[in-house]
Amino acid sequence: MTGRSEVLLEVDGLVQRYPGTRNAAVDDVSFQIRIGETLGLVGESGCGKSTTARCIAGLTRPTGGTVRLGTRDVLSASRSALKSLRRDMQMVFQDPYSSLNPRMTVADLVGEGLLVHGLRPERRARRDRVVELLDMVGLPASSLERRPRSFSGGQRQRIAIARALAVEPRLLICDEPVSSLDVSVQAQVLNLFKKLRTQLGLSMLFIAHDLAVVRYLCDQVAVMQSGRIVEIGSRDQVYGAPRHHYTRELLAAVPVPDPPVERERMRTFRISEEST
Amino acid sequence: MSTPADRAQYGQNLLEIRGLRVAYGNSRRDAVEVVHGIDLSIRPGERLAVVGESGSGKSVTARAVLGLDTDASLSGSIRLGEHELTTLSRRRMRDIRGARIGLIFQDPLAALNPVMRVGWQIMQPLIIRGTGKREARQRGIDLLGRLGVRDAGARFDDYPHQFSGGMRQRVVIAIAVIAQPELLIADEPTTALDVRVQAQVLQLLDELARERGMAVMLITHDLGIVAGFAERVVVMRNGRVVEHGDVDSIYAAPKAEYTRGLLGAVPRLDSDPDRELATVAPDWDAS
Ligand SMILES: Nc1ncnc2c1ncn2[C@@H]1O[C@H](COP(=O)(O)OP(=O)(O)OP(=O)(O)O)[C@@H](O)[C@H]1O
Ligand SMILES: Nc1ncnc2c1ncn2[C@@H]1O[C@H](COP(=O)(O)OP(=O)(O)OP(=O)(O)O)[C@@H](O)[C@H]1O
Ligand SMILES: [Mg+2]
Ligand SMILES: [Mg+2]
Repeated sequence: MTGRSEVLLEVDGLVQRYPGTRNAAVDDVSFQIRIGETLGLVGESGCGKSTTARCIAGLTRPTGGTVRLGTRDVLSASRSALKSLRRDMQMVFQDPYSSLNPRMTVADLVGEGLLVHGLRPERRARRDRVVELLDMVGLPASSLERRPRSFSGGQRQRIAIARALAVEPRLLICDEPVSSLDVSVQAQVLNLFKKLRTQLGLSMLFIAHDLAVVRYLCDQVAVMQSGRIVEIGSRDQVYGAPRHHYTRELLAAVPVPDPPVERERMRTFRISEEST
Repeated sequence: MSTPADRAQYGQNLLEIRGLRVAYGNSRRDAVEVVHGIDLSIRPGERLAVVGESGSGKSVTARAVLGLDTDASLSGSIRLGEHELTTLSRRRMRDIRGARIGLIFQDPLAALNPVMRVGWQIMQPLIIRGTGKREARQRGIDLLGRLGVRDAGARFDDYPHQFSGGMRQRVVIAIAVIAQPELLIADEPTTALDVRVQAQVLQLLDELARERGMAVMLITHDLGIVAGFAERVVVMRNGRVVEHGDVDSIYAAPKAEYTRGLLGAVPRLDSDPDRELATVAPDWDAS
């Protein structure tokens, strides 16, 4: 990217404490995402990534902190302001099964936002746009009248991605969006995300466990552990010269798609685990 | 219960699928076939990976082995040891499945009962087999701990919604292996786990396979995991097996064009992130 663009999302001192739990699930998390920038959020299972995403999207009210999108305060938004915020900020959930209404057809699921936000009021135009979106995520037009249940895991995830992209958001929050896709479809979706970023200036918060995927897609990377960001920096810095030992541990645990190398890595990994 | 002698009589495969076809639809006329005659076998204690295109029939095949879909019609043969599963009554099927096969669903959230505490759900397979509550609880907590859930004892009585995605996935894994099945069918068991916990879970499965002779059918998109875990690989596309063989030869010299395409599409830590990733063209008309 050339130069540094304007800040789109600003998260400051975010805290989320669930009732009856000892430690905060999210503990003083702050970061910024600029226009056209993608921040990768990686870290331990249960460290607070999804909670962070849900607070930003206004789906749960955090215990403390502020979230701003452009000049707007997300957490104190009025009902009408929330509607436009919802359009500007779309979320793809970690679980593609429960996030899609099983009674709706694909045409309705993907077209709903177009209708709600008055983007394609005309039926025909809406349908054409839905077909275009499905094509972008690698699904055929013959999917239109089918319901989520009759799709495979990866197909459902792509329906969710098409649904989120339909309203042309400025920020896309993705919680594990590609982990249920085969590597070829994954490559297709990652290439699509990169294209939307350069062509439309789409910004993304991208939560993933696959560190090779994050390295491929993200300009900035934040590493979380136990509710806190332990390291944040540019892709080259975090991957090339990780500062925190947890980051180094994560990088060492990435599987390598080469059988003899990977078997050996797993064997030595086991030894290092036992010695700790 | 089958004896080793029984098993020898029926060949050395634990699971043997021959010419399996699966179609969905209520009537014969509007049925759509999605699995078009596949062969697949697993020996006792063997670790087999099933990889392939999204929508190629991996989960459908797994569910067919377990007879889970009431609206699916099956033809061909699925043998588990001495039993032919396709012709069994639903009830007999359920008994055999419960006793011999552990299943990890692709969707960890839907597999858990939202109003039951996670610990109770993990203990169920043992309780059903007559294990005492106290022992079942202890074994459940131990297993959850071995799966890398911190404070497993303190979190044992939580409800599923209090667990993160990856923690729920480990609950599902615990339920599947706690009663020591002969065959574990694991459909994308590690997608919600960070790479460290993932390694821990795979090591546990690997140990169970080696120590207790548990066979594993691992369905996954992660070709890095397959490389380290599997002995044999089956590659699927459009409801068919396009290639199968031992893991080393498939990675070193993939025969099918589709397999080459898949291996070429994997992003790696050492590849150039600014190069566009290769993809395999979709094949929409083929199915
Ligand atoms: N509704 C809830 N009530 C109580 N605790 C919760 C609730 N939701 C999440 N938690 C806890 O908060 C912590 C963070 O959960 P979160 O879902 O944000 O993790 P995550 O980083 O997304 O993990 P994963 O990678 O496994 O999806 C976990 O310890 C989890 O058990
Ligand atoms: N209940 C159903 N009714 C009709 N069609 C179905 C049903 N379940 C699955 N299918 C179709 O069968 C095909 C195979 O689905 P399956 O779930 O086995 O794919 P998969 O290989 O597991 O893919 P993924 O990697 O995305 O999970 C898909 O085209 C899917 O749309
Ligand atoms: Mg999560
Ligand atoms: Mg599947």
